[in-house]
Amino acid sequence: MAISRDDVAYVAALARLELSEEELERYTVQLASILAHAADIAALDLSDLAPMAHPLPLKNVFRDDEPRPGLERDVVLAAAPAVEDHRFCVPRILGEEP
Amino acid sequence: MLVAGELAGQIRRRERSAREVVTEALDRVAGGDAAIRAFVRVCADAALAEAEALDRRIAAGEDPGPLAGVPVALKDNLCTKGLETTCGSRILEGWRPPYDATVVERLRSAGAITIGKANMDEFAMGSSTENSAAGPTRNPHDLSRVPGGSSGGSAAAVAAGFVPVALGSDTGGSIRQPAALCGVVGVKPTYGLVSRYGLVAFASSLDQIGPLTASVGDAALVLEVIGGHDPADSTSIDAPVPRLSDAVEAGVEGLRVGVCLELIDGVARDVEARVREAAEALSGAGAKVEDVSIPELRYGLSAYYLIAPAEASSNLARYDGVRYGLRVDAPDAAAMNKATRTAGFGAEVKRRIMLGTYALSAGYYDAYYAQAQRARTLVTRAFDRAYAQVDVLLGATSPTTAFPLGAKVDDPLAMYLSDVCTIPSNLAGHPAMSVPFGTGDDGLPVGVQVLAPALGEKELFRVGGVLESLAPPIALPALGALGSVERT
Repeated sequence: MAISRDDVAYVAALARLELSEEELERYTVQLASILAHAADIAALDLSDLAPMAHPLPLKNVFRDDEPRPGLERDVVLAAAPAVEDHRFCVPRILGEEP
Repeated sequence: MLVAGELAGQIRRRERSAREVVTEALDRVAGGDAAIRAFVRVCADAALAEAEALDRRIAAGEDPGPLAGVPVALKDNLCTKGLETTCGSRILEGWRPPYDATVVERLRSAGAITIGKANMDEFAMGSSTENSAAGPTRNPHDLSRVPGGSSGGSAAAVAAGFVPVALGSDTGGSIRQPAALCGVVGVKPTYGLVSRYGLVAFASSLDQIGPLTASVGDAALVLEVIGGHDPADSTSIDAPVPRLSDAVEAGVEGLRVGVCLELIDGVARDVEARVREAAEALSGAGAKVEDVSIPELRYGLSAYYLIAPAEASSNLARYDGVRYGLRVDAPDAAAMNKATRTAGFGAEVKRRIMLGTYALSAGYYDAYYAQAQRARTLVTRAFDRAYAQVDVLLGATSPTTAFPLGAKVDDPLAMYLSDVCTIPSNLAGHPAMSVPFGTGDDGLPVGVQVLAPALGEKELFRVGGVLESLAPPIALPALGALGSVERT
């Protein structure tokens, strides 16, 4: 199941990346070659093994439920590209079409 | 150059001032880094102010700690409060973190002084430090070669003699491979031994912070300082860090060492020869050495290059032009996200985000991502079987010595193969160390890799200490020497 040019365009859209025609072409070839390498594990029967998400056998980790100071609002907002009334400011999210 | 432990001792005994030591380090950087470009940012004024404050504390009878006055370099994916942190990416240009990473706080509490931020592949994705928005770093041993990556700036800063200690991060070999290519010591600790709080995330189930140093003893000292439980990282192991400095001198008498055939098979002949010589040296020092085969390790590369991009595609979703970093304006939010990410990320980061998105997408999740996670179990169980037989494993760190700049930039898969020997330890969460051991036919440094099971750092440092004491000497990089000539 080789990755197609349409697949690459689709994942680029999901990942919010704009690709030129030339980039689309190049990434399709490169991703196909990387995925072809992964054929070695695709060919294995690993159905008796559990997927491993993490190296540590962790259960939920809780801290004591005690209030403590967080980062200062103005310090955090100072790093934002746009701020209005002590809030992050973004362009229109939902909107009437013009 | 003096190792960090001795330097700190001299400063604590007031034989030298921290100001003098930090000034010398800054002079070496000013003299030599124009050619190497290990640093993306040097904070001379802050470092000198910290050094003077430290000298005053020592004069007042205080002990500032085991790294008193030691100048350090920090990989630029470690958050430093108020000091620009860019991860080698345009998307974080100008970002000043509102807090320090836990490791940065711990280094400071032990008396270390940060003199600057080290170059890296963008978001730690790469094996040559060529994927940096700041441009490439060069190998101090040969300026036409790469320093390895992604912690190439950290490795080059130590190899050039600018600083005795640097921190890096290792997701698939990003500490050990550049350490090998630059002829320094590099350690990837057990997953969870060092807090990741304040490390900009790449692949969270694989990332670990660790030291790159001029000596094995310094690596032990630094790990004792930065390791240990941190409530701010929920994956941090709640156990004390073992006394590693003692292990460096403990020898390898009776230790069972397995030469892992899969970690020398297919590597360059001169690199394989150095690993075999290292095994003989350990045998001569009293270790029981045997060959071990772990065929499943060969599946590590494929598993890694699905799992790490999958985690990265999720972690890097946060760069959306809203809370920090770059924003490219557009009429609506989705178009703004897209314009920002398209302009802010480099080619390799885009490649990995798309690969990871694909591996996680409906219809391919089981075939790629879940299968890779099962292969991760396969690799980890294979290690477990080997460690029932031996205490540590030995292999190559990198399949070759440092390669020329540009040699692999157009072939992502060839670049990924640089990590083939280092990836298995990340998948299993195990510790591993690269120790310089002689040179290749081209005269460039070779690193031998020592691997141990989870929390096997003590054994790692026992082997590292012996290998260091028996390693053939490596010529100091000409530019490191030039740097020190210029300051006198």
